[in-house]
Amino acid sequence: MSLLSVRDLTVKFAMRDETVTALNGISFDLAKGERLGIVGESGAGKSITGFALMNLISRPGFVDRGEILFHDEDVVKMSDARLRELRGDKMAMIFQDPMVTLNPVLTIGQQMLETLMAHRKLSREEARQIAIVKLREVYIPSPEERLNQYPHELSGGMRQRIIIAIALLLDPELIIADEPTTALDVTIQADIMELLLELCQSNKVGLILITHDLGVVSQMTERTLVMYAGRIIEAGRTREIINDPQHPYTQGLINALPQQTLPGQKLRQIPGNMPSLTNIPPGCPFNPRCEYATDLCRTTLPEIIQYGEVRVACHEVERLHAEGARQEQDA
Amino acid sequence: MFAYLVKRVFQAIAVMFVISLIAFAIQGNLGDPLRELVGQSVSEEVRQQLRDDLGLNDSFITQYLRFAGNALQGDLGTSYFFKEPALDVIMKKLPATLELVLGATVIIIGLSIPLGVYTAIKPDAIVSRIIMGISIVGISIPVFLTAILMIFVFSVEYGWFPSFGRGDVVHVWGYWETNFATADGWMHIILPSIALASIMLPLFVRLIRAEMMEVLQSEYVKYAVAKGIKPWRIYFVHALKNTLLPVITVGGVQIGTMVAYTILTETVFQWPGMGFMFLEAVNRVDTPLIVAYLIVVGFIFVVTNTIVDLIYGLVNPTVNLARMGA
Repeated sequence: MSLLSVRDLTVKFAMRDETVTALNGISFDLAKGERLGIVGESGAGKSITGFALMNLISRPGFVDRGEILFHDEDVVKMSDARLRELRGDKMAMIFQDPMVTLNPVLTIGQQMLETLMAHRKLSREEARQIAIVKLREVYIPSPEERLNQYPHELSGGMRQRIIIAIALLLDPELIIADEPTTALDVTIQADIMELLLELCQSNKVGLILITHDLGVVSQMTERTLVMYAGRIIEAGRTREIINDPQHPYTQGLINALPQQTLPGQKLRQIPGNMPSLTNIPPGCPFNPRCEYATDLCRTTLPEIIQYGEVRVACHEVERLHAEGARQEQDA
Repeated sequence: MFAYLVKRVFQAIAVMFVISLIAFAIQGNLGDPLRELVGQSVSEEVRQQLRDDLGLNDSFITQYLRFAGNALQGDLGTSYFFKEPALDVIMKKLPATLELVLGATVIIIGLSIPLGVYTAIKPDAIVSRIIMGISIVGISIPVFLTAILMIFVFSVEYGWFPSFGRGDVVHVWGYWETNFATADGWMHIILPSIALASIMLPLFVRLIRAEMMEVLQSEYVKYAVAKGIKPWRIYFVHALKNTLLPVITVGGVQIGTMVAYTILTETVFQWPGMGFMFLEAVNRVDTPLIVAYLIVVGFIFVVTNTIVDLIYGLVNPTVNLARMGA
């Protein structure tokens, strides 16, 4: 049974003179304890997906249609009171930039205890003990002292650990992590990811990891969604997608990884930019940047179809596959 | 903390020095003090003699040093009209003005926070639009006009409130007589306080609203929502504290400015405070009193700002007073 089931999720933004579609018919499932990566360039709709799952889209954005079933209960239709119960308790979120996520005028202790006491009937002392245990789990030294400190007294890496500890406070079933290491030093990024993976595995917590880093996705997740211009264009098991990408965009992303290039060689990149949401080209949104694009691609939007082990939205997937196989034979 | 205090005190002294210099420079240019002191019949030789005796023929710097030396000992000259030390005259009037400012400050703090927070939380509500509309009107109408209108409506037409004076005051300590001890005193201070608050209140409502709306867009507020925190706690614990930090800084300056606005309010309501006294002193060309008023008001300004800065440091955890000034 799936923990989370998203069907045809569509999010729009009401702008001054037009309505822009930021997410277009997103569907996917997440099993209990499963780890899912969502990848794509900036503006693909990854973060909006993450926020929508907790019904955190605020004006001028709104969920236009679709449903988000968490334990068979639709998050989109939930009352504010029910949403409050869910948020931070069964579903927790880790934000992108730890430097601005914690409230600067409240102590770490206040921000941890308020979360616990918003969801459980606990005395301050009981809540404090739980907070200390969770801080130990994320390897924060002398947690008792940290509780009395303000965020500005701690480093970025330390703050993100605390945010992970807050996410784990109430033993959630799902953690949504929105680029949790983008704002951190490269040296700390790996530590934080390793910690997150370790804690999710040991506590059997489901994880939705939003990132643009395919390397991270391959290490951290079991399944992957690739997004482009508000749509899912390829979805499947992470191993299949990394080793045998079907969509030309996914192939481009993987070829653009520095590891795919020899030292001294020029880095490969996908030409052009992701279209802005107000100006999505007709047909396949990727067609202006795609070297395989045909007339069909320029006029008709490809449906997402099952192709082998993965689901992919590309008209030319058969031809590409055949060409790929031929090239491998030649080599 | 101590180093910071010392630094602030030095700044305050520097500011007071500049204020005293300006006040003293004005003194030399406000007519001939001899005309105020002696009658028409005194001959020119006697006038010269008096000028020499009073030191009016000395150089500017000598005169200023004498003035500053006396000022440091609490002697700001003698009022020509009252024939009393100018500082004593002001000290007798000071409590009336401070109580008026206190009344206005209580109104401003009591109303601006709930109104500012409400209009920020519900920017599209009809009530919010009405509040914002009234605030524009409030900022636009000068204090003396508000005061006259209020007297016309509430004193003349309805007769609810007295239109002038302090009413029954009760002696507290030294020169201090308070309005807040009798019902009559309360009735007398209400209209002037509202009139004085009428300019600052809309300003603060708009300031708090703007700051609050910005804070509500911040990541930490979104994060608090994502943690399942109740709205009232997000508004009043997470957002309000961050909203008030910049408001405190502006507020300190505005309390000082309000002392200046008392000139208008006190004149309209015949309030026996130092603002009213100042206007009378200008009419009488009572130069020592004018200079003493400027210095006392400057002093109040400097003191309130220093206190506000200290409070800011105590409220904002990212400011470390112990390390500042080091």
